[in-house]
Amino acid sequence: MSLRVDMETVNYVLIVRLEGELDHHTADMLRTEMEKHLAENQVQHILLSMANLHFMDSSGLGVILGRYKQIAARGGDMVVCSINPVIYRLFELSGLFKILKIKESEQEALLVLGVA
Amino acid sequence: MKPKTDNNFMRLEFAARSENEGFARIAVASFLSRLDITLEEVEEIKTVVSEAVTNAIIHGYEEDESGTVIIETTYTAANIEITVADHGIGIADLEEARQPLFTTKPELERSGMGFTIMENFMDTLEIETEIGRGTRIRLVKKLTKNEALCN
Repeated sequence: MSLRVDMETVNYVLIVRLEGELDHHTADMLRTEMEKHLAENQVQHILLSMANLHFMDSSGLGVILGRYKQIAARGGDMVVCSINPVIYRLFELSGLFKILKIKESEQEALLVLGVA
Repeated sequence: MKPKTDNNFMRLEFAARSENEGFARIAVASFLSRLDITLEEVEEIKTVVSEAVTNAIIHGYEEDESGTVIIETTYTAANIEITVADHGIGIADLEEARQPLFTTKPELERSGMGFTIMENFMDTLEIETEIGRGTRIRLVKKLTKNEALCN
């Protein structure tokens, strides 16, 4: 299994839905696709939906932190939603929760970003 | 009844290519599938295998795909032991490498969390490394459920 990335922009929020496995092998592709989308579209915030992400390791943390820095430099926020318990612990260990907002669902995440 | 899980063993060697990271963690997980372990424990094991194999590929071999990674997995009634070895460049400063968030490759967006995750998801983490010879990671997870059955 590899990674499928579905992206759409709704009211300046880039919604990224991840499906499959995010590791070193797939992280580069995610970085490239998100950077392309950020360069070509007017995006203020990023919403990362992990409802269908079955696996992630520290390579995923790296690419998420990288995109957070990009959006934070524009004054934006990053919200992550629908995280499974093992991936949740990765976020906890890395301290990423201190800078990212975590929500249960995409709907709640959009509310936090003032879109829904 | 005596458990039938004494010292089962597997050994796997594969090319140090990033597309094999998924294969490696799934191979280990399926080898362990006979054991009575929780889904969460399986996910933890897949994560640490992925961390160790990724380290071998990125740091050990610096993405030279001609190298190979060797995984050995053993289980008994009491624990699971996994070793991940490479014949790469070795780790110059082990203490530094084990620090959370430390990475020698920030330009590759490495998080520096690999060893911290291995340490947290497993009960034992041992690292043997020699410059120019390679690195061997030994990871042990206690099987709490099976241990209770044995007692």
